[in-house]
Amino acid sequence: MGEFRMPSLGADMAAGTLVAWRKQPGDVVHRGDIIAEVETDKGVIEVEVFDEGVVETLLVAVNAKVPVGTPLASIASAGSIAAVPSAPSPVQAPPPAAARVHATPLARTVAKALGVDVTKVHGTGDGGVIVRADVDRAAAEVTSTPRPDRMRQAIAAAMTRSKREIPHFYLAHTVDLGPALTWLSARNEARSVTDRVLPGALFVRAVARAARAVPELNAHWTGESAPPLPYVHVGVAVALRGGGLVAPAIHDTDTLDVDGVMRAMADLVDRARGLKLTATEMGEATITVTSLGDRGVEVNVPVIVPPQVAIVGFGKVVDRPWVVAGVVVPRPVVTISLAADHRVTDGHRAGRFLASVVAFLEDPEKP
Amino acid sequence: MRRATYREGVRTALRDALRRDPRVFLLGEDVGRYGGAYACSAGLLEEFGPERVRDAPLAENGFVGAAIGAAMGGLRPIVEIMTVNFALLALDQLVNNAATLRHMTAGQVSVPLVVRMATGAGRQLGAQHSHSLENWFAHVPGLRVLAPATVQDARDMVLAAFDDPDPVVIVENQVLYPTEGDLDEDAPPVSPWHAIVRRPGRDASIITHGGSLSKSLVAAELLAKEGIEVEVLDLRCLRPLDVDAIVATVTRTHRAVLVDESWKTGGLAAEVCATLVERAFYELDAPVARVCSVEVPVPYAKHLEDAALPSPARIVDAVKGVLHGRI
Repeated sequence: MGEFRMPSLGADMAAGTLVAWRKQPGDVVHRGDIIAEVETDKGVIEVEVFDEGVVETLLVAVNAKVPVGTPLASIASAGSIAAVPSAPSPVQAPPPAAARVHATPLARTVAKALGVDVTKVHGTGDGGVIVRADVDRAAAEVTSTPRPDRMRQAIAAAMTRSKREIPHFYLAHTVDLGPALTWLSARNEARSVTDRVLPGALFVRAVARAARAVPELNAHWTGESAPPLPYVHVGVAVALRGGGLVAPAIHDTDTLDVDGVMRAMADLVDRARGLKLTATEMGEATITVTSLGDRGVEVNVPVIVPPQVAIVGFGKVVDRPWVVAGVVVPRPVVTISLAADHRVTDGHRAGRFLASVVAFLEDPEKP
Repeated sequence: MRRATYREGVRTALRDALRRDPRVFLLGEDVGRYGGAYACSAGLLEEFGPERVRDAPLAENGFVGAAIGAAMGGLRPIVEIMTVNFALLALDQLVNNAATLRHMTAGQVSVPLVVRMATGAGRQLGAQHSHSLENWFAHVPGLRVLAPATVQDARDMVLAAFDDPDPVVIVENQVLYPTEGDLDEDAPPVSPWHAIVRRPGRDASIITHGGSLSKSLVAAELLAKEGIEVEVLDLRCLRPLDVDAIVATVTRTHRAVLVDESWKTGGLAAEVCATLVERAFYELDAPVARVCSVEVPVPYAKHLEDAALPSPARIVDAVKGVLHGRI
C-alpha cells in the first residue's frame, strides 16, 4: 500500500491547499496520472501520482490546507484491489490501518532503546527491511538535526544584531612567525605527540596577554558603555561537524602558560564536538579568537560576538618572501585581523592592542 | 607439541586409554589386524594383544550390544563403527539400551561406553558411506555427541569421552583423517563440552562443526580479503549444544550462517537456528542462513558430490547474503 502525500512543489513551499480531487476511491491509478490539484503561492498546480494501484481512501477534504508531506490519500497496490472498500466520503474517512513495518528484531530492540519510531525509518536491508544500521542512522538524525537548526537560528540572531548595532572597524597586521615557530618546535621536540603545543595555542595566549595589556578591548557592551573587565576569558571559535559553530571561553586565559592554553583548547574542542559544553562556558567570553588557517584562509575578517567588543581572526601560516635586515628571505607569516567596536574604542587604541598581540607572538618568552 | 595427522591424534588417545586402564578394550570391524578402516588403531593389536583389540563381525547391533553389556559389567569398551551409515544398524542398542539404562534403573546402572564412527562425504565413497547422520544421535537424551574438527580435539575428545560415565558418540569426519595439525600428546584434554571460537570477527558468525570447520575458515579468509570479518564458532559438542556460546557469538555479530554437512531438513543447523530464535531473537539483524548438503543421497560422481556438499564458495555467498551489501 502506498500513500499519496502533499508534494513539495518548490523549495520554499511549506504547505499547500488541496483544491480538487481528480480521482475518487476505487479509481485505478497509474504512475504519472493526475490525481489532484493543489494551490500554492505560485498558483494551482496539477499533481501526479507515483504509485500504481487503486485509490483507497481520501484523507484530506477539498480546500484543506496541509503541510508538505501530509498523507492525502492511501493507494492500495494492484494485488489488493479486491479489498478496496466502497468509497467513504473524505470527511468521514477513518485513518488507514498502519502497514506492517518490516524491521529485524535487533532493529526493533535498538529502536525501542533509542526512542526511534520504526514506522518512520527508511529500510536498506533485503527487500527494504529495516536493519539496525538504519535505526542508528535515524537516531543520529533525530538527535543532531534540531541542534544545528537551533544553533543556526542563534548564530543568525547574534550576527544580525552585531552587524546592525556594532559599528565595526578592521585592522590587520602580518607577522613573521619564524621565531615563534622555532621556539615552539624546540619546546615540542622532547615531548610526546599528545603533549605538543600547536601554534593556535600561541595565538590564543598572545590575544589574552594583549587583552590584559590593553584592557579597553576586553569588555562587554552594556548598552551605554563597555567598562573593561577585570578578567580575560578568551572565547575560541570551534566549528562543529554537523555544521554551525560555538565559541566557548577559556577561563582566565591570561594566567595560563602555552601548555595550559593548549590543554584548555583541546578540552573545549572535544566537549564542543560532543555537545557537552555548559551554558556558562558558552556565554562568558570577554574577547574571541577565530582561526580558519586549517581551511587555507589567509585573511579572516570576523564579526564581533555581542556583547563583546572585539574579535581577532587568524589566517593560515604561509611562507612568503620577507625582508629581514635588507634581504628578501622566505619566512612563515600569518595575517592577524582585528574587528573592533567603534563605540568603545578607536583605531589608535585598537592598533596598540594589535601591536601587543604581535609583540607576544614575535617573542613568546615575553613576560 | 608436534605435527600429526588427525588419525594419529585418535590413535594417541586410544593408546593412552589402553595403557592407563586395564578395563579398556577396542572393539569394531577391522580394528585389529587391518588397523581400522581409517588406520586409527594401526599397531595397537601388536602392542596390546587380541584380548584388548578385538575384531568384530559385520553385525553392528550385535557388537554394540556386547559392548554395552561389557560396560554395564564394569569394563570400558571403546567401539569403532566404520561409518555413521552402518551405525544405523546399531541404533536399537544405542537408543534403546545405552541411552536409557541409567534413567530406567534410577541410576543403578551406567553405561560408560565410547562409540567412534566416521561421518561425512567428499571421498567418492558413494551414498551408503558418505552421509552425515550425527543429528540422529544428537536427538537422543542419554547420549552425548562430540565432533572433533582438529587434530588436538581428535585426541582430547576420545580421552574426555573415556572419562565420562555415560555413553558418548564421537563422529569423525572422514576427510579429516589424513589432515595435519598441531598435537600436544601430554596436555590435559580441553573440555569437549563447550564450543570454541576458532576465528574472531565482527560482521557475521559462521556456526559449524566437524568437517565443515576447515571450509568455514577458508571462507572466512576469502571474505577477509573483501573486508568482511566473520567469526567462526566450532560447536565441538553436538549434544548438549553450547547454547551460551551460540547466543554469545550472535550477540556480537547479529548475523548467523550455519554450516552443516548433513541435510537441511530436520538437521542440526535447524536446531541451532531454533536456539537462536528462542534465545537470541532480539539480537538478530538478518534472517539466519543455512549452508547444508543438497537434499539428495550423496552422489558418487566427483563433480556431483562436490556440488552436493557445503563449499567455501557457498559459505561466502551465504555470508554475503545475510550482510546484504552492508560491508
